Amino acid sequence: MPDSVISMDKVNKWFGALHALRDINFRVSAGEVVVVAGPSGSGKSTMCRTINRLETIDSGTIRVNGETLPAEGRELAKLRSEVAMVFQQFNLFSHLSILDNVTLGPIKVLRQSGAEACKEALGFLDRVGIGDQAHKFPAQLSGGQQQRAAIARALAMRPKAILFDEPTSALDPEMVNEVLEVMTQLAKEGMTMLVVTHEMGFARRVAHRVIFMDAGQIVEEAPPEAFFTNPKTDRARDFLSKILM
Amino acid sequence: MNELMGVISTLLRAFVTTLELTFLSAILSLVVGILAAAMRVSPVPPLRWAVSVYVRLVRNTPLTIVFFITVFGLPQVGVNFSFFSFALLALTLYTATFVAETVRAGIQAIPIGQIEAARSIGLTFTQVLAYVVLPQAVRSVVPPLASTFIALFKNSSIASAFGVAEAISVMTNMVNVHSTIVLSIMGATAAIYVALALLFGRAFTWLERKALIAR
Repeated sequence: MPDSVISMDKVNKWFGALHALRDINFRVSAGEVVVVAGPSGSGKSTMCRTINRLETIDSGTIRVNGETLPAEGRELAKLRSEVAMVFQQFNLFSHLSILDNVTLGPIKVLRQSGAEACKEALGFLDRVGIGDQAHKFPAQLSGGQQQRAAIARALAMRPKAILFDEPTSALDPEMVNEVLEVMTQLAKEGMTMLVVTHEMGFARRVAHRVIFMDAGQIVEEAPPEAFFTNPKTDRARDFLSKILM
Repeated sequence: MNELMGVISTLLRAFVTTLELTFLSAILSLVVGILAAAMRVSPVPPLRWAVSVYVRLVRNTPLTIVFFITVFGLPQVGVNFSFFSFALLALTLYTATFVAETVRAGIQAIPIGQIEAARSIGLTFTQVLAYVVLPQAVRSVVPPLASTFIALFKNSSIASAFGVAEAISVMTNMVNVHSTIVLSIMGATAAIYVALALLFGRAFTWLERKALIAR
């Protein structure tokens, strides 16, 4: 399936006795924005993390651009560099300036020159609205600014897709929107995105498709309008009634 | 009084050797210790085991015995250095185990999320260590490393028993020659040690502050 940037086939994962992912099958096509929703503990973050092999899987196949995810080593590192990730806790490198956070990957992985990486990084930082913070350190920025820096760091890798693992869950409420705005902009520009989030407003406005997970399974998969107005399963109805109150 | 001044100027010259021994083995043990710590967290099991055996064995052996084995054992297998080089080797092998354990503690204190972020942008294991993990780990362990290196400074005195004319060895000679001012000679030696160690402490505090600002 050449069109799929990300595909999972019959993926299973156990944490000891807990069956964390059950026969997960899905695809993300180029330019698509897919939101993964579901109650906590449903496996949505775990699923997101397996795509970058931050979690291993016990059976099944994960493909990125049609290539099966390799085990540890250089090949894995290369494939990882093509799928960027944005984390709940931002995870900026605290000993590096914002600019150096963004240029580290381009210089060391993409082998760009320092000057070139720097120029591009400043462009990405401007795009997420924190160009003026380039020379500060992560601890000097607000949570919203840190997360936008993390998005700039992801963009600088020129990825084929970006995975967002609950990007706004650790933010103070007044900072959620500044991050969602950047993500909405990326979606409009055609970036392929897989977004694990509780932000249902974002899902409704921006997603092309919503995947609803519960107890390690994909329970429902639908366009946002259909999912929000007419969920097919009881579990999705129940989840939506709690979260949309 | 003139007698003591003469002794002190001889002593100060001997302290130059002590300082050479200390600085050279500090730098070498920092390099060896950081490498060992990196190997200790590597995904290659034999590397981990090798370092683990080295650290456990050497760290728990009295330094004097490490000196014995280096100075008398190595020539038996055809390795011949100067006494100074043997002392350098013994101090480095011994101190590096402490550096390795300290740096390993620093590595373990790094939030796992930073390592995941580093891997997710496609850095290899070695790159993650070199650009993300070790720079932060070493910074965070500057204070305990200061203690390790001050201990090294004083431990270098064991070289006096193995043919190196450093401060303690010269002090012993002076005590034998100037038997009427034994306590003064020892007091003066101790005072120089303390003064230099305090100076190192100062330098490390400065370094610690610099390491912190960069965060």
